[in-house]
Amino acid sequence: MQIKVVMAKLGLDIHWRGALVVSRMLRDEGMEVVYLGNQFPEQIVEAAIQEGADVIGLSTLGGNHLTLGPKVVKLAREKGVDALVIMGGVIPEDDIPLLKEAGIAEVFGPETKVESIATFIREHVGKTIG
Amino acid sequence: MNEASSYFEKKSDVILGKLLKEVENQTANSIEILRESSARKGTAHIVGITGPPGSGKSTLVNKLCKTLAKSGIEIGIVAVDPTSPFTKGALLGDRTRMQELSGLSNVFIKSLATRGNLGGLAPTTADIVQVLDAYGKELIIIETVGVGQIEFDVLEIADTVVLVNVPGLGDSLQTLKAGIMEIADIYVVNQADRPGADESVRDLKMMVREKLQENWEQPVLKTIATNNEGMIELIDQIQRHKEFLLHSNRWDEKRKTRNLTRLNHLMIQSLNNEVDSYIRRKQGIQIKIQQVKEGKLDPYTLSDHIVEQLIKKHGGM
Repeated sequence: MQIKVVMAKLGLDIHWRGALVVSRMLRDEGMEVVYLGNQFPEQIVEAAIQEGADVIGLSTLGGNHLTLGPKVVKLAREKGVDALVIMGGVIPEDDIPLLKEAGIAEVFGPETKVESIATFIREHVGKTIG
Repeated sequence: MNEASSYFEKKSDVILGKLLKEVENQTANSIEILRESSARKGTAHIVGITGPPGSGKSTLVNKLCKTLAKSGIEIGIVAVDPTSPFTKGALLGDRTRMQELSGLSNVFIKSLATRGNLGGLAPTTADIVQVLDAYGKELIIIETVGVGQIEFDVLEIADTVVLVNVPGLGDSLQTLKAGIMEIADIYVVNQADRPGADESVRDLKMMVREKLQENWEQPVLKTIATNNEGMIELIDQIQRHKEFLLHSNRWDEKRKTRNLTRLNHLMIQSLNNEVDSYIRRKQGIQIKIQQVKEGKLDPYTLSDHIVEQLIKKHGGM
């Protein structure tokens, strides 16, 4: 079955290259990526519901990861969406345990190889986390 | 999924999302869902929006639905983008242009990838539309992939086809060619603030005059979707076309034709599967297929032979 990813830039984050590059690379890994552009947690979860997403990818550089990231997981689980939530961008090392505790399945930093994101997704899709 | 019928009673976006996911992936459960939705098919007006890549289809759908949603009607949008022929992956970008619709509780958007289909739609588009219809959507908008000259699968599914063009896509000869230019009920020249818009409108009007549908003169409209210009006129014409279909009996005719088309598609699909699983099991046939591949046996003989064997297996004609 084809893996469907909903990819969003979190909140008002104005960067774009990272999220698009990862989207394109996941596309090249054979996944279907629904690219949302900038969205807030409510709209991201709404899109994941409508699209039947297996994965929600959040991209953030703007420092909103600790507030908006966990909110996506919380809203998703409340609605019965069991999609894997992953995050990428510039995120301080110290915050990663907090994010994982909040149900973010994995956090990928700037040096991440795309294959490792794809591999992680393939290994974890279908298993509810958080 | 014995509870398929109860799922249709609940009217929740979360459940609808799950039903559509099963259908999109053609899972074992999807047959039950489709059977149920076939019996529940409603009265949705199905509008196809098609046109070349970059003509502004998604932006147009965004503005169109933003206005339409204010009346409170239930809208379903099916947005199709291409699948890579090499990796089977896809980047579905239509939602980025429809951000103004997020948060509206009466708008439901589903993105689909073409998954190998060549007619401008995804293989499951008709099924997805059927489920949305059964779920009580009153207006369903299908946005095709960016099309060239001959991708008109949307004609089989939609009641009303809107062709979105842009200025400067060639001289008047292009509008006279057969194919995509003939299929629309409503013509739109979008990005009409660009040079050449009036010429495009003139060429389209000339073509329409020569190709009048029975009792329906296809309107040619100018729009600038990004500025919200021409949307009211477009909505009016879509509504007018619906009335026309209803009053001229074509509404029912289209649905009857569609039922038959679906039957045909399903039969061909079942036959395909049957043939596939049959030849996979038969070693003798596998050897012959290899001979065809090598060019030592002609494909016509083998094809006839396989079909004959298959018919015999099922007790003859």
